[in-house]
Amino acid sequence: MRQDEMTPVVRTIAALIFPFIIIFSFYVIMHGHLTPGGGFQGGAIGASAIVMLIVAYGARNVKKKAKEESLSIFESIGGLVFVIVGIIGFVAASSFLYNFLVGEPLFGTIPPFGSNPGILNSGGILPILNIAVGMKVIGGLASVVLVMALAGGDEE
Amino acid sequence: MIYSIPFYTVIILILVGMYAMIFRRNLIKMAIGLTIVESAVNLFLVTLGYREGGVAPIYTNLPSGIKIPEEMVLPVPQALTLTSIVIGVAILALMLSLSIMIYRHYGTLDSKKVRRLKE
Amino acid sequence: MNTDWLLQHSPALIIALPLLAAFLMPVVDRISRKARNVFAIIVLIVEEILVLFLAYDVFGGNPHIYTMGAANPLTTVPAQAAVPIRIVLEVDAMGIFMAMISATVCLAAGIYSLAFIGEEKGKGKYYTLLLLILVGMLGMELTGDMFNLFVFLEVLTIACTALIAYRSNTGDAVEGAFKFLIISSIAALFVLFAIALLYAQYDLLNMAALASAIQYSNLDKIALVLLVAAFAMKCGSVPMHFWTPDAYSVAPASITAILVAASQASLYALFRVCFSLYGVTLNLSTIGGALIIFGLLSMFVGVTMALPQKDIKRLMAYHAISQTGYMLLGVGVGLYLLTKPEFSTYGIKAMEGGIFHIINHAMYKGLLFLTSGAIFYRLKTRNLNEMGGLGHSMKWTAIFFIIGALAIAGIPPFNGFASKLLIYEAAYKVSPILSIIAMLVSILTLASFVKVFHSAFMGPKIHDVEEVPRSMLAGMAVLTFVIILFGLFPGWVVGNIVHPAAQALAEQAAYIQAVIGG
Repeated sequence: MRQDEMTPVVRTIAALIFPFIIIFSFYVIMHGHLTPGGGFQGGAIGASAIVMLIVAYGARNVKKKAKEESLSIFESIGGLVFVIVGIIGFVAASSFLYNFLVGEPLFGTIPPFGSNPGILNSGGILPILNIAVGMKVIGGLASVVLVMALAGGDEE
Repeated sequence: MIYSIPFYTVIILILVGMYAMIFRRNLIKMAIGLTIVESAVNLFLVTLGYREGGVAPIYTNLPSGIKIPEEMVLPVPQALTLTSIVIGVAILALMLSLSIMIYRHYGTLDSKKVRRLKE
Repeated sequence: MNTDWLLQHSPALIIALPLLAAFLMPVVDRISRKARNVFAIIVLIVEEILVLFLAYDVFGGNPHIYTMGAANPLTTVPAQAAVPIRIVLEVDAMGIFMAMISATVCLAAGIYSLAFIGEEKGKGKYYTLLLLILVGMLGMELTGDMFNLFVFLEVLTIACTALIAYRSNTGDAVEGAFKFLIISSIAALFVLFAIALLYAQYDLLNMAALASAIQYSNLDKIALVLLVAAFAMKCGSVPMHFWTPDAYSVAPASITAILVAASQASLYALFRVCFSLYGVTLNLSTIGGALIIFGLLSMFVGVTMALPQKDIKRLMAYHAISQTGYMLLGVGVGLYLLTKPEFSTYGIKAMEGGIFHIINHAMYKGLLFLTSGAIFYRLKTRNLNEMGGLGHSMKWTAIFFIIGALAIAGIPPFNGFASKLLIYEAAYKVSPILSIIAMLVSILTLASFVKVFHSAFMGPKIHDVEEVPRSMLAGMAVLTFVIILFGLFPGWVVGNIVHPAAQALAEQAAYIQAVIGG
């Protein structure tokens, strides 16, 4: 066992619950327009999953699988989707970030007023913006913690 | 009276945070002090929106018998607080990275010694 | 895609275009280096053209409104509500005036950085952060919503900190960036606290709606003090100026030129809060007197601490503090006289002097910092004792430095003379002491720049260097062109550009009516 890894018990459990945390973070991102949550909150949960792997396995092993450049590209795609959706708002319709998907088949159902069980297919451009922000936050926070863990480990 | 306890907490937290930032010399303690002040301002923003006996401003599975919108808490301060928390995360990440680099250059985290080494 | 459509959507396009380019920059960087350089310069040039295009229409007399996310961008109040509820961008003459400054300085610094920043792995991120600084500045200057102002202020802070610490192989760059970050975060938290206080009372975040609903209660007074203190902290006026020499001297020279424009964006926010948000309900003599006192202290402390400095960029940073004092003095006199009948005679002249000084200062201080960067590029030192005799070989740099030094000292025919003359005349009528101190500071400024010129450029030829690359000269030439143009035609500039800006700032009723009445 190298210096920055943990015992086999911790490593096994971390590898087992990692998919569940990722699925929970996607759930929080996708249901942002119905329940508390949304882009930043779900993204922070997803970044915590990657941080858990960094703590359990050590920064060098995680860097082999998720390099800093691929996290940076993941983050840039999120940012680009956000600004492009905003620009489509005023190229094709009225103004920047106009909700042009109301009434369309994708995410376009108008929910009834008052208490309802929550329709996932509603909300217009909001779920798309939530996914974009979630991608950006996962990429950003994970790469920040990865770089800090690598910088601290060089002092051996 | 009990509904003004959060406002007193805000003032106490701001004083604690300012004391930590001004009178402590370790750079990490300055960063912690700044985060405490930022948490206090976020608490102030969230407390502004409270209405007595209100529920969360979400229409999904609302409990029955709630008059919309008089018995919901205000949603706008919650959005402002969320933005402020995100900004606080970014500033904290930047401050800790700068502290790591200062430690690597000067070998110490004491702000008085860092200033003396520069000359 | 005709010009009317472009004109109507240009406030949002001006902010969205550099944001899109900043997010595209890592993707373009993987293709090739030359493509990234060309892409950055093209985006900065297109941005400048868009800002000038919108400025031509706004200075002609109609302010522009843009509601984000609405079915019609010109309707601010929706059918079911009584107040504006979306984020409204309001572009009046003062806002577009500051946007012209930001776009021009970023263009000059972007061209200058082509050769100044070496071809390392981090240069793609350098251009990304430069475009994000441009987004932050333009967002602060074009918005009409208080919380939006706070968000763009924080974007500007984070991007500036990352670029101040760009030369992270030296220790003092990182330390200067840390100091800058702490001071800027405290200022931004004060602003957020003040916005929360205003929201708690009136349930409004839009600046024009707040201006028409505000009554001057005790909590409003606390909010005003917090806002004035926070924005004065951010623009480097005494007594909160201690971060300015450290941050300005360790950043790369092109970033220091942009930091000057960023400090002036905070100065613009201070004026916007004092004039358009609080306006005539406020006891203007007190706040005006406070701004005049800040201005006098900044002028005097700045220039006296600049004289004994040995580091060329620290010296110029102290001069930046003293020139900020001129702007605060000019507009402070205008604020002091806003409700008195003397305003229409010489109060507005003082405001015009202060506002004209903003654009002059950005141009000549940016030029001086770029020339000091050129000296650093060849000699790798900032210490005046080690320089000498550069005038023999770096002729163009010497000429640009002379133009910048004459402009800052207020010598005709450069632009510093026109704005300083307006400030001297108008301040004299309030109290002669103000003009005397201003002229004394101007003489001391000239003295310290004569010292710098003598140490750096005159004398026998010690160093064997050659002229700097042409892209750096092109960046400096952009700013010199504006200096000479504004110096030769000051009457035209004051009449068509500065006077509408001062008018738009002073008339709160027109500001409110553009958003709510219209």
